[in-house]
Amino acid sequence: MEGASHIDFIVAAYAVGGAVVGGLTAWVMLDYRAQLRNLADLEKRGVTRRSAPARGEAVMQQAKEEA
Amino acid sequence: MAIVDLANPSRFLKFANRVIPWLGGLTVVAFAFAINQAMLAPDDYQQGATVKIMFLHVPGAWLGMLGWGVMTVAALGTLVWRHPLADATAKAAAPIGAAFTLMCLVTGSLWGRPMWGTYWVWDARLTSVLLLFLLYLGVIALWRTVEDPSRAARAAAILTLVGAIDLPIIKFSVDWWNTLHQPASIMRLGAPTIDRSILIPLFVTVVAFTLAFATLLLAATRNEILRRRVRTLRLMQASAAS
Repeated sequence: MEGASHIDFIVAAYAVGGAVVGGLTAWVMLDYRAQLRNLADLEKRGVTRRSAPARGEAVMQQAKEEA
Repeated sequence: MAIVDLANPSRFLKFANRVIPWLGGLTVVAFAFAINQAMLAPDDYQQGATVKIMFLHVPGAWLGMLGWGVMTVAALGTLVWRHPLADATAKAAAPIGAAFTLMCLVTGSLWGRPMWGTYWVWDARLTSVLLLFLLYLGVIALWRTVEDPSRAARAAAILTLVGAIDLPIIKFSVDWWNTLHQPASIMRLGAPTIDRSILIPLFVTVVAFTLAFATLLLAATRNEILRRRVRTLRLMQASAAS
């Protein structure tokens, strides 16, 4: 069986392999950037993981002052 | 750092940030070597140059099954220990495993047409791998339809454990039934039936693809942890506003 006559099948298979690896890499990288952007956006608005206890402490402090 | 420490999402993120660039670099080097080895590999005496499709088809099959194996272990982590990192890993592994299973199916079809005279037959090996792909799609759909991540994780974990039955069926389908697909030629009792001149490039490509899988899984799990942080912060913001 002559391999050369099936070159189109070989090229198509390697194109599929490249598309799968390239597509997954692009998906992971773009998703990472999107999540970092979302986190930065929330941080800019003052919503951070540390902000919840900090706000809680501020509210407690204000309540003590009022008392 | 002990392995157990990585179960903490924050420590996992630090670990992933440090390891991903190195693992990615190693993957690129491995792929460069693998492409070189695949190009230099001789044609098969019967199949000619189409044997080179094997360098994609076999890693696709291996990683499709490995992906489900990772999800099965993670499913146990979800159901037994209810660990959020297990959920994140399972969710991250599903699209990667599905993509490699699809690569296995498509490259197999492209190899089958010139060798068997057909793109597809409903034999046990091909059908059980198609079933694996459909199971992947089912798990991905579950994650997308159930909004609460912990409920979605439990539902996906149960489907994953049930679907794990397909893994031994795929492996032994060529022994249990008469199939057009060839019997095992690498992972079998006795020596591999493939000549060294093709077996070594195959091994190199499998290593390169496995490194790519590990890098992608690590990066996708990191993304999933970050996505959950974003979700938590948005919920906090919404509850503070109301």
